[in-house]
Amino acid sequence: MLVDNFIIALKGLRHRKLRSWLTMIGIFIGIAAVVALMGLGEGLRGAIIGQFGFLGPDVLAIRASGINFAGPPGQAVVKGLTEDLAEKIQRITGVEVAINRYIETGTIEFNDQQDIGIAWNVPEGKNRKIFEDMLNLRTQKGRLLKDSDNFKVVVGNDFTKDDKFGKAVQIGNRILFDDKEFEVIGILEKRGSFIFDSVIVMNEDVLVDNFRDGDSVNAIAVRVKELKIIDNVIRDIEKLLRKERDVKEGEEDFTVQSPENALQTLDSTLFGVQIFISIIAFISIIVGGIGITNTMYTAVLERTKEIGIMKSIGATNSTIFSLFFIESGMLGMVGGIVGITAGFILSHGFAFMGRLALGTELIRADVGIGLVLGALLFSFLVGLIAGTVPAYQASRKNPVDALRYG
Amino acid sequence: MFKMKDTIIKLDNVWKTYQMGKVKVNALRGLNLEIRKGEFVAIMGPSGSGKSTAVNMVGALDIPSKGKIYLEKHDISKLPESDLAQIRGKKIGFIFQQFNLINTLTALENVTLPMIFQGIERDERLETGKNLLRMVGLQERIDHKPTELSGGEQQRVAIARSLANDPEVVLADEPTGNLDSKTGQMVIKFLEDLNKKGKTIIMVTHDTNVAKHANRIEFLKDGKIIKRMKGG
Ligand SMILES: Nc1ncnc2c1ncn2[C@@H]1O[C@H](COP(=O)(O)OP(=O)(O)OP(=O)(O)O)[C@@H](O)[C@H]1O
Ligand SMILES: [Mg+2]
Repeated sequence: MLVDNFIIALKGLRHRKLRSWLTMIGIFIGIAAVVALMGLGEGLRGAIIGQFGFLGPDVLAIRASGINFAGPPGQAVVKGLTEDLAEKIQRITGVEVAINRYIETGTIEFNDQQDIGIAWNVPEGKNRKIFEDMLNLRTQKGRLLKDSDNFKVVVGNDFTKDDKFGKAVQIGNRILFDDKEFEVIGILEKRGSFIFDSVIVMNEDVLVDNFRDGDSVNAIAVRVKELKIIDNVIRDIEKLLRKERDVKEGEEDFTVQSPENALQTLDSTLFGVQIFISIIAFISIIVGGIGITNTMYTAVLERTKEIGIMKSIGATNSTIFSLFFIESGMLGMVGGIVGITAGFILSHGFAFMGRLALGTELIRADVGIGLVLGALLFSFLVGLIAGTVPAYQASRKNPVDALRYG
Repeated sequence: MFKMKDTIIKLDNVWKTYQMGKVKVNALRGLNLEIRKGEFVAIMGPSGSGKSTAVNMVGALDIPSKGKIYLEKHDISKLPESDLAQIRGKKIGFIFQQFNLINTLTALENVTLPMIFQGIERDERLETGKNLLRMVGLQERIDHKPTELSGGEQQRVAIARSLANDPEVVLADEPTGNLDSKTGQMVIKFLEDLNKKGKTIIMVTHDTNVAKHANRIEFLKDGKIIKRMKGG
């Protein structure tokens, strides 16, 4: 019965005039704003987590420049971190390990198809195991790298997808990164983050010798021995860096942050934007809801005779109510679908512009299935609420009067 | 002579007053009418005499201002709308002058709609709907919208729809009023066939050629029966 009501309501919807669709522009804008904002926010959070590759309260990341999150590696105006710093930091009391991180964007070629991708390093020697442990690196097929592995790489799980390069990458295949040939010896487990799933992992020496000039690193990952001394460690690292880089306190051109701190910084930055966008979204949705109420009133009036007919063949008041109620909900949901699509495009568009402007691969939008379903349900609810009064009016029409109408 | 057990519809001193602004219109003024199961009754009378009002009362579309209406011995004159809707859906089939099909639905969908309101399963609905459309000779047109059908065809769809829930009573308010006489005769033929199969039929008409197909003709004037004739 409910399914049948849905089908009848859907048929009513199909015959809507253009003007009734236009009134949903508010819902459309509101949902689009929310989806774009949340998708971008999720993407940026993912970027932070992804950039460090790990999250843990005992982990610090040291980066050059004043940008706190997803900053542009090697941007010209930023004075980079030098390679020798890691060793000096490692000597600070309380530091378990300090590891140089190189992140390189380049062209990946396989099966005569090209794609832009990233490569990052695994350190050589005794830090290798610690680093693999910090990142929780494990292979699905093949093995991880060893010190002697020249021009051998481990690739992310996305390389096993047929659509990435037209066919799946297998162990033993050869792929090109910036025109240099590598043998694939391992495939990482799926992680759900592009920083792992579409990466090429290579030994530090190989990455530095072939793709880097100068001696700057993108970041330094630090793990402290004990969590309770982390504040002291941060202070000592900052002191060291100020001396090394010759800057005064308060004028630091670097940051020492735990990824969790970075997330908090991002959240507080986004908060202001979120409030603003939320207000706009809220107003749009209210306006859209009023628009739906308005078209539903018109629809009820235009279909007065139809209501009379349906009552004359046995439709109860509650049936008539649910027909218009559901139709109104679906009207809202159509606005939601359009809005979600627009929000999806917007967030990915912004992420794309961000990547271009900042020259980093790390800014991504992430419009998840939860967000999509939530927005869909929400727009349906807005439609339902907007349709309540018109649907009630429709249900109360006197059948004889309704039949005489028009 | 008259056996109570045969009575399916009885109107007892029925009044209907409409309020038009300050003016009161008495559409029915103490109407008395009895119809027995299986009868084919025609109602005639001048425009505005209250024919449609009377038929709507019998069909549970409206309730009287005064008086009682019995349908199968149950007094329906004071029932709430939800009960009236159930009666309309189960016991009554309506056929109107303007066909009153839903234009956005196909012929088959129009015919199956009353069954949806009674919660009948889809398979059964489709089977019954197709059978009814075949009965009125429209098996080829089941997927056509009303706007793609002629007046006569639309009225045949409406007849099929009126039978969807196998009602006791079929009410036809000027079913031939919008049709030419040849098409009208065809529609009357269907009503006669239905009557032969045992359905009670009440038909409003202005046309004596149409009315003569009924067993009995009731003449209405100023909201009362003024004359009664045998038809056939
Ligand atoms: N809903 C209504 N509101 C006000 N007046 C009404 C209403 N329905 C009917 N009337 C009035 O009641 C009287 C009887 O109307 P009714 O429709 O029953 O006549 P009828 O015999 O069917 O006429 P016709 O042959 O023109 O169809 C008329 O004067 C009409 O104007
Ligand atoms: Mg009439």
